[in-house]
Amino acid sequence: MRVRIRFTKLGKIRWTSHRDIARVWERVIRRAGLPVAYSQGFSPHPKLHFGLALSTGHESLAEFIDIDLDDASPVLPGPAELAALPARLTDVLPVGLVVESVGVVSTSSMSLQQAVVSCEWHIEIRGVTPDDAAAAVASVMASPSLVITRQRKGKDVTDDVRPYVLDLVVVGPTDAGTQIHAHLATQPRGLRVSELLIVLATGGEEGQVRRTKQWTLVDGARTEPLAGPSAATSAPLAERRAS
Amino acid sequence: MTVWTQLEPLLAKVQKPARYIGCEDGAYEPNHHPGAASWLLAYPDTYEIGLPNQGLQILCEIVNERPDGAAERTYAPWADLEELMREHRLPLFSVDTHRAAADFDILAFNLSAELTYTNLINMIDLAGCPVRAAHRSPTDLLIGVGGHCTYNPEPIAAFCDFVVLGDGEEVVGEITAAVAAWKAAGKKDRLEILRALAGITGVYVPQLYDAVFADGMLVETVPNDPAAPATIEKRTIADLGEWPYPRQQLVPLTEVVHDRLNVEVFRGCTRGCRFCQAGMITRPVRERPAEQVRMMVSEGLKRTGYDEVALTSLSTADFSGIEQVVIDTVNDPDCGGQISVSLPSLRVDAFTVGIAGEIQKGRRTGLTFAPEAGTWRMRQVINKLIREEDLYAAVRSAYSQGWRRMKLYFLTGLPTETDEDTLGIATLARNCVAIGKEYHKNPSVTVSLGGFVPKPFTPFQWFGQNTREELQRKIYLLRDELRRDHAIKLKWHDPKASMAEGLASRGDRRMADVIEDVWRHGGTFQEWSEHFDLQLWLDALERAGLREEDFVYRHRTEDEALPWDHLSAGLHKDFLWQDWRDALAEVGLEDCRWTPCYDCGACTGYGIEHVVASAVPPAGGSQGTGQDLSVGGEVPVTLLASKPVGATARS
Repeated sequence: MRVRIRFTKLGKIRWTSHRDIARVWERVIRRAGLPVAYSQGFSPHPKLHFGLALSTGHESLAEFIDIDLDDASPVLPGPAELAALPARLTDVLPVGLVVESVGVVSTSSMSLQQAVVSCEWHIEIRGVTPDDAAAAVASVMASPSLVITRQRKGKDVTDDVRPYVLDLVVVGPTDAGTQIHAHLATQPRGLRVSELLIVLATGGEEGQVRRTKQWTLVDGARTEPLAGPSAATSAPLAERRAS
Repeated sequence: MTVWTQLEPLLAKVQKPARYIGCEDGAYEPNHHPGAASWLLAYPDTYEIGLPNQGLQILCEIVNERPDGAAERTYAPWADLEELMREHRLPLFSVDTHRAAADFDILAFNLSAELTYTNLINMIDLAGCPVRAAHRSPTDLLIGVGGHCTYNPEPIAAFCDFVVLGDGEEVVGEITAAVAAWKAAGKKDRLEILRALAGITGVYVPQLYDAVFADGMLVETVPNDPAAPATIEKRTIADLGEWPYPRQQLVPLTEVVHDRLNVEVFRGCTRGCRFCQAGMITRPVRERPAEQVRMMVSEGLKRTGYDEVALTSLSTADFSGIEQVVIDTVNDPDCGGQISVSLPSLRVDAFTVGIAGEIQKGRRTGLTFAPEAGTWRMRQVINKLIREEDLYAAVRSAYSQGWRRMKLYFLTGLPTETDEDTLGIATLARNCVAIGKEYHKNPSVTVSLGGFVPKPFTPFQWFGQNTREELQRKIYLLRDELRRDHAIKLKWHDPKASMAEGLASRGDRRMADVIEDVWRHGGTFQEWSEHFDLQLWLDALERAGLREEDFVYRHRTEDEALPWDHLSAGLHKDFLWQDWRDALAEVGLEDCRWTPCYDCGACTGYGIEHVVASAVPPAGGSQGTGQDLSVGGEVPVTLLASKPVGATARS
């Protein structure tokens, strides 16, 4: 049985890396007593499948992890245990990580990294006024192409990144600058937030960055890998706990 | 006052920002209030190195359990953050609540390595406190130090207000009470608290003592204040079972060294290896009751989610009933059979390898042994009485059970060492490879060579350390000898760093100028090979008008004053001198756990005893087995009869 877990990463813990969070999950699964399946072979390891990496320093309202459970285990969770799992996991997770929902997915489903096609972001650009940000956004959205050279796997790659920018909107001012909303494609190479800021060329610095959604395509329709508890784009409870 | 809002924008600009956020599972909520003495407990190295330090975690818990205390932790910021902190005038802060250092009463350091001394000064400076104790006002932080290095605190005495000798569990509470009382009275007079601290057994207040010099030599170190005792005795907790700490080991969010559950199974060691300061200053042996070990392991694993536990101590296989504890842990049904146990300090014998075989099912990565010297003569000098047969039996046992890689630790620059002794390391390593070839196609042996640095309160405290050039010559001698042996890989420590370690280990108060000078010229993180800079140390010595020969290379005499003579680790100086003479005469000394007492002083002086559950020595240990130590090997080392492992090893 494969369970998919949706969780948030907010507050001080955003300074941990993707790898750090992977290691946190390995410990948390043991603490929660989940009967995780182990790989065979010389050095068995728990079968955890992680979604798209979140850069160190970025927050998220929509992170996902798939866990394969041992179907032969006598403590394999039933429907009631699954419903109680978010609270049970959050209880042993570090402050700032909160499980929002848990669902069962097919073991033959595409991996999260393949399935997710785009992500939405709230991005703070420090030192830039909403008017200047709006001009930069308009310029990018009006450009037919945006060719940049960037690093991928240690090599310089020249790409037209315009197709990755699905949508850009100015949200409004923050204490130190302007918040924009961005919808960015992730396939085949994706566009990083830092790269988007280069393309926007506002001269401002990256401030608070928060992933708000991840999208997959199911029969051509945008669908979240696993729905959250509500359609809310903020998580007041989780934020209070993490700050 | 939290500095988090100033710190957070800087985190985007530094490597590994998770070092600075805290948020570990198990961290205490400190209860700061006007009646509580607040400690900022520091490890003067990076978070990854410092967080697992058990001493700091133990003290943090004990202080936070007290109504009159509150404790948080801090570690040395890496150079990138330090630069930003200085640029933005951000002070040293705690990782628990990001409170500025100056808001604490005490900044106390655990010192486990002498080359961190420049980091100690750097952190005092980052805390916004004058680096010299003499320049501090009543409202400045009290700077304290503890840990193994403090058995000779003289090189850093000028920077410290108080120094703690020995086990910290009890004395930390006494210091907390004294500081809380002084704080409640308004912190009027700094001398008042220094005197109060000097009255606590185990606490040394350097400002209340004068080091007297004549003709460039230390004559004596004597009190200059009636509140200061002539000799400062170390603290020893009699029963480790009364201190099941840390009760909740911290689980960090980011990767650190020794990232696993650690349970201390005993403290102290009486094997009597003459080079080993830890074995001399932590006597006597005090075992934790096996039942408590099982409880701490089982509950710790459940609470932390770790899948690995280390049973820690010196020479861990000496723990009475070690095998049963290990088997119980590996087979604990609550842990689902996925737990591995590591024994960081292994004895060199087949019995120990047998235990390692029990616990490392599947994962046979590598095994480390520490014969320390290449010939039996040399091992008699240092009292590490491992016969070649012991080593070969251990190695054979390991190869036969599936290990392919061995790591052998050796010291060079030992007293009376000849080139024959150095080259003996090559012979041992080659013979290990030959045994490996009987079992595997490509066995490999890594030889790790460290330059010997004599330490205070050991029989070798009088020995003149080998010069940088001599250590380098010996390293190259061995390297050239092993040039054609492709199965043997030689690694060595930088002899230049060993010289600096020597200055800081056995120097006197004059060394303070040198250490401060190295720091003022940017010499932090000196224990990191990429940051160590010999020239900083040589320049500092020259500016101070001091010579490395006088502090490091010179043999010391029986009648000369040692910088640590006013401190006591319980060991009688005449015992240490006799052991030094025995070393030169190549005479070994038994482990006193299972043989009559030879009165080193560690028990008798303090009215305490060994706490050892087993009256007989462990099987396989070549020391204390009753053999004639002067010749070695009279009593054969036998594998445990019940171990099928041993049978296969011999086939």
